[in-house]
Amino acid sequence: MSTASELTRASAADLAAAIAAREVSSAEVTRAHLERIGAVDGDVHAFLHVSEAAIATAEEVDRRLAAGERLGPLAGVPVAIKDVLCTIYMPSTAGSRILEGWVPPYDATPVARLRAAGLVPLGKTNMDEFAMGSSTEYSAYGATRNPWDLTRIPGGSGGGSAAALAAFEAPLALGSDTGGSIRQPAAVTGTVGVKPTYGGVSRYGAIALASSLDQVGPVSRSVLDAALLHDVIGGHDPRDSTSLRDAWPSFADAARRGAEEGTLRGLRVGVVRELTADGPTGDGFQAGVTQRFREALGILADAGAEIVEVDAPSFDYGIAAYYLILPAEASSNLAKFDSVRFGLRVTPPGGGTVEQVMAATREAGFGPEVKRRVILGTYALSAGYYDAYYGSAQKVRTLIQRDFAAAFETADVLVSPAAPTTAFPLGAKVDDPLAMYLNDLTTIPANLAGVPGIALPVGLAPEDGLPVGIQFMAPARADDRLYHVGAALERLLQERWGGPLHAQAPALG
Amino acid sequence: MSEITPDLVRHLAGLARIALSDAEIQRLTGELGQIVDSVAKVSEVATADVPATSHPIPLTNVFRDDVPGPTLSPAAALAGAPEAESDRFKVSAILGEEQ
Repeated sequence: MSTASELTRASAADLAAAIAAREVSSAEVTRAHLERIGAVDGDVHAFLHVSEAAIATAEEVDRRLAAGERLGPLAGVPVAIKDVLCTIYMPSTAGSRILEGWVPPYDATPVARLRAAGLVPLGKTNMDEFAMGSSTEYSAYGATRNPWDLTRIPGGSGGGSAAALAAFEAPLALGSDTGGSIRQPAAVTGTVGVKPTYGGVSRYGAIALASSLDQVGPVSRSVLDAALLHDVIGGHDPRDSTSLRDAWPSFADAARRGAEEGTLRGLRVGVVRELTADGPTGDGFQAGVTQRFREALGILADAGAEIVEVDAPSFDYGIAAYYLILPAEASSNLAKFDSVRFGLRVTPPGGGTVEQVMAATREAGFGPEVKRRVILGTYALSAGYYDAYYGSAQKVRTLIQRDFAAAFETADVLVSPAAPTTAFPLGAKVDDPLAMYLNDLTTIPANLAGVPGIALPVGLAPEDGLPVGIQFMAPARADDRLYHVGAALERLLQERWGGPLHAQAPALG
Repeated sequence: MSEITPDLVRHLAGLARIALSDAEIQRLTGELGQIVDSVAKVSEVATADVPATSHPIPLTNVFRDDVPGPTLSPAAALAGAPEAESDRFKVSAILGEEQ
């Protein structure tokens, strides 16, 4: 591992080991990734900002390692950061014009933990504005393109982080997942993404979309890499009042154990009928997605897992509940963009009161999807409609939690396709909000119930040659099961493919 | 069909402090009508006997010790503000001329 191409294609685990053994320096690894960004990001547009301090940060890590300091297991490894997370020294816009150029005065907790563990921030990745979207097309700074096919979407909202991984611009990234924004981009870019248990990773410094749904999590090209990053960023944070006080096991250990032979024997894997082609929205599932999904189930069964069918009838109401709860919470969270404390201020011609300035600022600074959802949320929360909409959606949330509880009586993990289709063409759904919302059909239930989920690649769809992802979900606090089963399936698939799926990705640049 | 009208969207935009153009109000009226019709299905199963869930993993009485710690300096807190004066955020006029 010494050429720039080898360094950018290596796993984070291998890079960390080579850096720790002083076979390669963090500065060399970081430089290789910056060069790769320079070569391909003009086409991919995964990054909104590339750090000018990355090399200096890497050199500092190299100095500390040379001095014999013991740093974390990912020390020296570069990492990309979704622009929804606050970072000192780097602008944090959440993909919105209203925060253009804003440099926060503090780091989000997951970012602070990365820095403390010796990881090297490479820059900030593109996203749908305020994480509202499934394609990154709602970014105020232009869409990200899918490295597998530059005419297609990379998923969203975290399309920038997923595309950066798929294009070998970064070995690791952070994402945030409110309704699938880590898992759906992973699915359509052939990468790995994990939404932890709600409260498992601090939300402090994550620009809030829907506070009862948002979770920060790892984005990677392998299950072990995601686990290593999760170990760094997770755990209790007194600055987030929803942060769980649990003592978490090592997720890297769970992934390593899972990758050993025979670890799937007796594992009960529940196929959620409502989240497959056999469910009430089955028409929306692409044939090649279903084919690869079923093949993966066959591989799990051959390895000794017990495949069972589970029913979760309330999941059919998940999207409806989500598109009431999310806009309601977002309309409240986005009230802070008031032209006073940060970001844009637009004064109407001839001046105006603070209210008029606020309204002109938000008109100029918010894009169409943000306006849509803020107005929808304002409606759902308004007097006379609250019970019918927001109140009912909260009841659906209870029903979905009950369905999960019942399903986990008969299964250790639940499984579904991670997204109903492969990456669709840029522009195909941007003017059809309802069609766009259906992309999150399979991922939304986990957010509503707070349970963890992982997406990982299971092959390419025969009809278009694009990546297909599988999703596993576990009970709240049992994130380790996802790493166990994910690493087990990943190993079995790679034995068939003769290597990782991303080895089949087309060349860029 | 939902009762989303241009007047309602104009009213909601006022509440949300977004100065929508007339064209945006027209477009949003149609889009929101479709979305509201589609999400209204939650009422099919949200019966009186089902309790509401506001939070996936509820925690109660989350306290921390009240000890002094590092805080932002006024300069750091104000650095991103559109306008500041005398260590304070400066806002536009609170009152209109008629007030």
